[in-house]
Amino acid sequence: MSETLLALKGVHTHIGAYHILHGVDFDVPVGEVTMLLGRNGAGKTTTLRTIMGLWEASQGSVVFDGRQIGGPEGKGDGDAAASQLRTPEIAAQGIAYVPENMGIFSDLSVAENMLLAARKARTLAQLDGARLEWLFGLFPALKKFWLHPAGKLSGGQKQMLAIARAIVEPRRLLLIDEPSKGLAPAIVQNLIAALRELKRTATTVLLVEQNFQVAKALGDRVAVMDDGRVVHRGQMAELAGDEALQHRLLGLSLGAHQ
Amino acid sequence: MSETASPGAVATAAAPAGEALAKTRFDLRPLALMAAIALAAWPVVGSSSTWLTLTVAGLAMGMIIFIAASGLTLVFGLMDVLNFGHSLFIALGAYIATSVFTSLGNWATATSLAQNLAAIAVAMIAAMLLAGSIGLVFERVIVRPVYGQHLKQILVTIGGAIVGEELIKVVWGPAQIPLPPPEALRGSILIGAASVEKLRLVSVAIGVVVLVALLYTLNRTKIGLLIRAGVQDREMVESLGYRIRRLFVGVFAAGSALAGLGGCLWGMNQQIVVPQIGGQVNVLLFIVIIIGGLGSTLGCLFGALLVGLISNYVGFLAPKLAMFSSIGLMVAVLLWRPQGLYPVTNR
Repeated sequence: MSETLLALKGVHTHIGAYHILHGVDFDVPVGEVTMLLGRNGAGKTTTLRTIMGLWEASQGSVVFDGRQIGGPEGKGDGDAAASQLRTPEIAAQGIAYVPENMGIFSDLSVAENMLLAARKARTLAQLDGARLEWLFGLFPALKKFWLHPAGKLSGGQKQMLAIARAIVEPRRLLLIDEPSKGLAPAIVQNLIAALRELKRTATTVLLVEQNFQVAKALGDRVAVMDDGRVVHRGQMAELAGDEALQHRLLGLSLGAHQ
Repeated sequence: MSETASPGAVATAAAPAGEALAKTRFDLRPLALMAAIALAAWPVVGSSSTWLTLTVAGLAMGMIIFIAASGLTLVFGLMDVLNFGHSLFIALGAYIATSVFTSLGNWATATSLAQNLAAIAVAMIAAMLLAGSIGLVFERVIVRPVYGQHLKQILVTIGGAIVGEELIKVVWGPAQIPLPPPEALRGSILIGAASVEKLRLVSVAIGVVVLVALLYTLNRTKIGLLIRAGVQDREMVESLGYRIRRLFVGVFAAGSALAGLGGCLWGMNQQIVVPQIGGQVNVLLFIVIIIGGLGSTLGCLFGALLVGLISNYVGFLAPKLAMFSSIGLMVAVLLWRPQGLYPVTNR
């Protein structure tokens, strides 16, 4: 059993009057890709936003590398008020987030988008050149459109930029929300190839997906959500090989996305 | 906004190099509109010299309005805060100028241009410093409790402006205070047959300096990039690890300082300062930032210049319509571009 980097315990999240998460429990082991699957509305995006502190957990705890970053319940010691970190503080722990809408700053150039994500660099010249070359290798479109406005990129290119931006500096945990959404199959293959390359560097990733092909190609572990809870935890290979289980857990949404 | 890209558009990701994307094409149509209005006014005004005088006066007025409004548009764009208290900082700037000119008496009344300019510089710096620091307090005490609540923002910032205006009356008295331009900057110089007021030229020059500084900050520094990014997607800026609140406080203070500077210049051009000076300009400011596209600095500039030009032309041709002209301009622009001249994307 590898070391746990992120642990959610009994996390409840309310958005306004709506109770979205009803006690989410799962672990993200270090150096592996954990898939978060589930039907539309199961609470996957809300889970990522809660980890990021964009919504606050009303119960339970989010623990990153032994330190509580979210939720009111202290782990014995820390007091409740101090346990929920704000989003910038959570990001500063080394957690990068690629939201479903990609969060690209469309008025800024590709280069400026990358620069903003690099907290250590103040000018483009201060960006880590070797790492940049590595990212250009993963996502060639970035180099080609380096000084172009990010808003003019295609959907696939924006997704590549969003992921590259998240890892412009080494990060400890990467949260990615449905990167394959709205992309043509050929582009999804490119995306899988790039994420596989990233996986080889033992980056810890928590990946939300609807596309089971992507999940099968990338996942080590899997957690399946339904109605604001995690209803299945296990190895991705096990779920990929068990069609009855897939059908029970993911139902029709699976067929619709294959 | 989730991008539902068509397969055709996405395919460019894999397309070979050479098929480059269009670089940002700067939208020149608002600029063309401004030129067209200026040119159209020429035959209507009749005399070339009068036209030149009006145009320079209009550009000067536009530059001053731009200085005062630039902070307002960023504050709205970045934090969604409708600050109707902005007028307070304009009034403050104008009053501080009167005090500085009084205390530096001989600098402002001397005939030496250098001393006059120094007096103006001191007045501007004092106006910016004081308006900026009061802006900090204003943000902390009045704006911070009502983040995200537009109606309360309007009520509470208008309230703050009223209280501020009364406090100005306490400090400087309710009567109007003359603010004559420094000696060497009175009167006009002749360019050809046109007479152009010297003070207006100074205003244009200061406006250009502020514009260049602002554009440099917004486009070439990381803080500026963060501000522009924050206007588009606050949440993402926070997710990248930046404290947007802190950025916002800085922008609010800087915006208040710019309003102070604008008020200082506006007062000098009006040559008279009354406690209601801020309220008078405030309407113009909101018109300008709506015309420009809320949150857009460039839009704010063109909006301000358009308002400046039109009010000077109309003020000359049909003085009774002068008040109406700015609102008419806003209606016309919004019919053409409902989001303003330069809409901020993602909003």
